Amino acid sequence: MSQLATWRTGSTRVLPGFGLSMGISVLFISLVLLLPITGLFGQLAGLSFAEYWAIITEGRVVASYMVTIGAAAVAAIINAIFGLLLAWVLVRYEFPGKRLLDALMDLPFALPTAVAGITLATLYASSGWMGQLLEPLGFQVAYTWVGIALAMAFTSIPFVVRTVQPVLEDLPAEVDEAAMSLGATDGVAFRRVILPHIWPALVTGTGLAFVRSLGEFGAIIFIAGNMPYETEITALMIFVKLQEYDYAGASAIASVVLFVSLALLLAINVWQGRFVRRLHGGKG
Amino acid sequence: MRRIGDAPVVRRLLIGAALVLSALFLLLPLVAIFAQAFSEGVMVFWANVSNTFTLHAIGLTLMIALLTIPVCLVFGVALAWLVTRFSFPGRRILQTLIDIPFAVSPVVAGLIYLLLYGRNGWIGTWLDGHDIQLMFAWPGILMVTIFVTCPFVARELIPLMQAQGSREEEAAVTLGASGWTTFRRVTLPNIRWALLYGVILTNARAVGEFGAVSVVSGAIRGQTNTLPLHLEQLYQDYNAVGAFACAALLAFIALLTLAAKAGLEWRAARREAFA
Amino acid sequence: MALPTIFRRSLIAIALGVTVSGSAVAQERELLNSSYDIARELFAAINPEFQAWWQEEHGEEIAISQSHGGSSAQARAILQGLRADVVTFNQVTDVQVLADAGLVAEDWQDAFENNASPYYSTTAFLVRKGNPKGIESWDDLVQEDVEMVFPNPKTSGNGRYTYLAAWGFAENEFDGDEEQIEEFMSTFLANVAVFDTGGRGATTSFIEREIGDVLISFESEVNNIRSEYGSDDYEVIVPPVSILAEFPVAVVGENAERNGNSDLAQSYLEYLYTEETQRLLAGFNYRVHNEAVVEEFADQFPETELLEVDDVFGSWDEVMETHFGSGGRLDQLQRR
Repeated sequence: MSQLATWRTGSTRVLPGFGLSMGISVLFISLVLLLPITGLFGQLAGLSFAEYWAIITEGRVVASYMVTIGAAAVAAIINAIFGLLLAWVLVRYEFPGKRLLDALMDLPFALPTAVAGITLATLYASSGWMGQLLEPLGFQVAYTWVGIALAMAFTSIPFVVRTVQPVLEDLPAEVDEAAMSLGATDGVAFRRVILPHIWPALVTGTGLAFVRSLGEFGAIIFIAGNMPYETEITALMIFVKLQEYDYAGASAIASVVLFVSLALLLAINVWQGRFVRRLHGGKG
Repeated sequence: MRRIGDAPVVRRLLIGAALVLSALFLLLPLVAIFAQAFSEGVMVFWANVSNTFTLHAIGLTLMIALLTIPVCLVFGVALAWLVTRFSFPGRRILQTLIDIPFAVSPVVAGLIYLLLYGRNGWIGTWLDGHDIQLMFAWPGILMVTIFVTCPFVARELIPLMQAQGSREEEAAVTLGASGWTTFRRVTLPNIRWALLYGVILTNARAVGEFGAVSVVSGAIRGQTNTLPLHLEQLYQDYNAVGAFACAALLAFIALLTLAAKAGLEWRAARREAFA
Repeated sequence: MALPTIFRRSLIAIALGVTVSGSAVAQERELLNSSYDIARELFAAINPEFQAWWQEEHGEEIAISQSHGGSSAQARAILQGLRADVVTFNQVTDVQVLADAGLVAEDWQDAFENNASPYYSTTAFLVRKGNPKGIESWDDLVQEDVEMVFPNPKTSGNGRYTYLAAWGFAENEFDGDEEQIEEFMSTFLANVAVFDTGGRGATTSFIEREIGDVLISFESEVNNIRSEYGSDDYEVIVPPVSILAEFPVAVVGENAERNGNSDLAQSYLEYLYTEETQRLLAGFNYRVHNEAVVEEFADQFPETELLEVDDVFGSWDEVMETHFGSGGRLDQLQRR
């Protein structure tokens, strides 16, 4: 307890609520998040390391990592650009249909992922509205990894928009007025003034979108084609193990996704903390 | 006063790009859903929606969402306050832990709850002995929904509260305001939109969650079938119109939430204008 | 005002929901049937008949609830505590899992007639109008220009039957010559255009996405699909040799006892063997055992040689291990 007190005074904080917020957070995280996760590790405990290694490095599973990571990376890049554009337009401009556009942003979360998957597959199959346009141009989307990336981008776009939007909204008008009055062009002013402010949010949003894509299942299977070694995603490998009542195998593959995702998220959080501290001159 | 990107050309270009891309990427799927839902006329749509089992699924889904939101709200605000207003060892780790639900595939999320609280789980065995059934009943659905949605509010608040810093709150406390007053008067007005976004995302995800819920629900029609599960069932059964009617309902719920947000924003803006 | 309105609406909806479920559990005994995912309409037709029959026989009003999902997922739920009284699955292995866990009697296959399978089906083909690729049997499927759609044997029992039927055919055709069988099977698998995770997804790929020349699924399914999507556009082909697909049923003893439903559960499953129900099942394109009904529907079900898993492959346990297990035959055939 005395150590706790030192941390508080050490941070020169005068704000109250440390105990309460710590209590709620730790209790919640322990009960809702960590306790069930022990179930996952309980399953893993039944495997020897050699067995664990054999499961997670099996050729077909490794191929699925490649497909999943590659498509998720493409989806994340699309989302970073598209999401930033949308957040910017929604915050900075007034135009007819703005409310509708804003409302549309949350659609991917509200739709059960399976619906998203079925709908996208319908649209982009060679008989669908989009497929009919794209196929003659030589783009095949459905049943290729492009389709996988598309489904991933669809389900995770709100992460970027909704993370960047509030930060952009919160940016006082004086910030860019000052930049503009110095005679900088739009592009330069955006890069020099706006981007540093929204950078943490943009990276966080993109990172979340990427991580979400790694675990996505329902939206993807309908459009993926699921051909071994080519368009099989890791979540499908987990699903296969479950069908075989192989909980340990499913947990093993799930743990790989979990570790990779958590490492990535931790990296983002640490980086974000450093970044904000630098931006605010040592405070954060 | 001119702001970045205010030049008419840039403005039109960006708005145009955003509209076209959104139309193709987001609106088109939505249109496709409604087109399918109404492909056999309004009467068929209505018959599907007013079916007893569909109504029950709607009720259950909304109840789960309504119970999920307050829990996620309290947790999200507490966590955001903790990690942005204090510095202590383990802060980054705590902040990363709340992302676990994003890192876990929803089906796996359902499975780990099942392994713990199901018949053979170590809590489940005890529960079973006392004839308490959490899994395959609504409490189980609520539990996994909270698991899947709990990061949203915190995730919305943390970057914003970090960007804002704590100077205003420190000033208020130094001037003698109580903790609760400071939060209500200083923090809340600054974060209310982010908070609202968080709630909207939580609601959207809670209403639409399929993977995790499908594992713990048991999908008993008229009892533990949520709207997304009901939809899947109809689709499996070649009732595409019924399935898309449910999908249209879910999309409609999402749009309704957004309309609520727009209404609140409008009212707040009006109040500020009068103040 | 917007928010309160939503609240009010939701509360009404919840109240509605509660009354609906409340009325179902109030006084009546309630039987829970856990079934596979394409059987919703089938049991929606059977249940009221049984309820009326039971009412007449015993003067008791009962309720029947249905749970539907992938057969394996359904078995998993029961293992973890879903209190279903009876199971009506489409996979023998999924009932066996429950028996291994002690939830279902060990000799469940002897508890009811015909290996506890009141109805059965086989694997058949759905081709496009006029059968342009001239597909009549399994060896027509390994031609270079034929593309097939069937669900992934790794995720779907339906897909497993297709794989086993093709294997069984090859085994007969090549007199058990391993090398030739394997060559046949790898060509067969290479001709698959899309591996959907379930039967429904495969149907969508074939019908709505217009992928492939042939859809392979249960005979009952392809017939239902044909009547659903237009009998003028598709033709059903039942190959001369195919596999017996059983639809096993069992009482989940532990749950039924606990719920006080043992008698009800037993009667419910027996009722599936009555002539009226068998006729109803035949109407849903399932093959049945009742002789009168078989005669009545003779035109609907072409004669075909049905291979049995136990005869060709030994047992389901062996099949699951050598063919579908991790690193098994299927994995080897699909390795690049």
